[in-house]
Amino acid sequence: MKLKTLALAALVTLLPLAACGDDDDSPTVAGSDGDATTTTTAADPDGEVPQAIVSLSPSSTEILFAIGAGDQVIAVDDQSDYPPEAPTTDLSAYEPNVEAIASYEPDLVVSSSSDPALLDGLEALGIEVLVHEAAVEITDVYDQITELGDVTGHADEAQQLAEEMSGAVAEFTTADRDLTAYWELDPTYYSVTSNTFIGKLLGLVGITSIADEAQAEANDYPQLSAEFIVQADPDLIILADTECCQQDAATVAARDGWAGMKAVTNGNVVELSDDIASRWGPRIIELLEILDAATTKAAAA
Amino acid sequence: MLDPPAIRAAGLRPVWVAGGLVAVVVAGVAGLSLGAVNISAPRVFLEVLDHLPGLSIDSGLSAREADIVWQLRVPRVVLGFLVGGLLAVSGSSFQGVFRNPLADPYLLGAAAGAGLGATLAITGGIDWELGPFDTVPLAAFAGTLLAVLLAYAVSTVGGRDTSPAVLLLAGVAVMTFMTAVQTFVLQREADTIREVYTFILGRLVTAGWSEVRLVLPYAAVSIAALVLLRRRLDVLAVGDDEALSLGMDVTRTRIAVVAFAALATAAAVSVSGLIGFVGLVVPHVVRLLAGSSFRVIVPLSVLFGAAFLVLADLVARLALSPAEIPIGVVTAFFGAPFFVLVLRARRRLV
Repeated sequence: MKLKTLALAALVTLLPLAACGDDDDSPTVAGSDGDATTTTTAADPDGEVPQAIVSLSPSSTEILFAIGAGDQVIAVDDQSDYPPEAPTTDLSAYEPNVEAIASYEPDLVVSSSSDPALLDGLEALGIEVLVHEAAVEITDVYDQITELGDVTGHADEAQQLAEEMSGAVAEFTTADRDLTAYWELDPTYYSVTSNTFIGKLLGLVGITSIADEAQAEANDYPQLSAEFIVQADPDLIILADTECCQQDAATVAARDGWAGMKAVTNGNVVELSDDIASRWGPRIIELLEILDAATTKAAAA
Repeated sequence: MLDPPAIRAAGLRPVWVAGGLVAVVVAGVAGLSLGAVNISAPRVFLEVLDHLPGLSIDSGLSAREADIVWQLRVPRVVLGFLVGGLLAVSGSSFQGVFRNPLADPYLLGAAAGAGLGATLAITGGIDWELGPFDTVPLAAFAGTLLAVLLAYAVSTVGGRDTSPAVLLLAGVAVMTFMTAVQTFVLQREADTIREVYTFILGRLVTAGWSEVRLVLPYAAVSIAALVLLRRRLDVLAVGDDEALSLGMDVTRTRIAVVAFAALATAAAVSVSGLIGFVGLVVPHVVRLLAGSSFRVIVPLSVLFGAAFLVLADLVARLALSPAEIPIGVVTAFFGAPFFVLVLRARRRLV
């Protein structure tokens, strides 16, 4: 019994690294005021622009390429699969290996994790690190874009991208739609409340997460009872587990007791790409557009 | 390690069978009446009766509430009964066949094997095309059997004597090895880690009739077989040589019991993940209360294990409702103190 508990503990410690969301609860950020941008090492002490960047964060990779700094990126982690020209390697962001990272001889490493083992290791080797943790507020995304622009010598493009994005976000004027949704992180009914980054994006297009009812009892990523989900009968079911766990509208309809839910009968089960659903980069606009179209359809139903 | 059956070899007394059935009924009524959604209990039972063949009753529930009761709550309770009974019967049989009160499916590495098999199936490392059969339970079953056989084989390396300590160490070695492989696989497939984590802490959260249908044949075969083999466990308990002199084929009996107990564990694990404590403690509580013969322990473990797990699942569903607690946490949290209480009470009586 005791040994099993130990083995469990070992596995449980891996959980915060879970990839079904890169948006996952990152303990250092959760309690803060939403400032997810931390520079651990002055990224540019001698005034030179980094020319060999390693990104260990799919979100940062997307931002770097969107602001025109893609040419300076020499390696990205194994989860960074967008844009297609990103130099994906087998570097792991979940179990970062300092030696493997150093073998690319980077002059800047961008990471979404503030794992001391990684930071101390890179510091010992004299490699600059920029930590951009999971965004909590939408403005965190703009801040991270601006900082990456400053650091890489693409301040103007970054400024422009951030302004374009905030302009696009302001275009979504449907926050008063008052629809409900069940956002599914995995097929065992883990979901998100409105306090999360995803929950705030949902709020922009007038969606309230049904998981909010559980937040007083549990946390912002609660595992919901199937009974509760069926009873709540949300307007939308949004699947963020289509790739990790092969869920789609058909598998949802086939679940015991789910076939009569109005999201299922009205065809309002939204199948998101896991990646778009879990990254806090330029493609949140794409995500908002998908959600906005889905709410328009659901509101008409 | 076990009490010699000659001392208190009373058979299965009807009062304890009745007690076990009452426990099952109480757990079933509670499990059906309560849930994340408030539904009037009498109507829940009318709805259940409505689904019995030959009966047609208007429960007065809305279509949605009827769905919640019949598609979600009823199968979850049924699955809880099956899994609880399976784990307890498996634990009691392992304890008997290895003559080791500490043997439970987890210490012998069976659950680690099942977990590894299920993890490989969930992450897509195993993708068998086996007609109507789902890969996960079969992979879990294969992993379970492999682990138990490996533990048994390792423990006999130094000689034929499978003393409790040697067996435990062998189980620990197998468990550690399989957990290491499982962790490695998980790291390669980090995006399924949440689902595997749910599996490791036990899950009845996704229970439906499909899971019940999946596990029912395994459960029927393994529970029936182990209950039929219970007398042989009593013979085994007196020692291999004595059992041989009584004319029993010790090796074949042992292999049969291990195979069916592993089947029971695998069946439970495949639909509900790793739920700890039930398999270890329920048989001991039964032994302390009702008698030390396996003729008593094995069948009563099925009943009390079923009742215990459904009640534990009720806590898992209600404590943070509408959020859930992993059921493995609940079984350990309530099972351990309860076990201590029973031990103390028993000691005072003796």
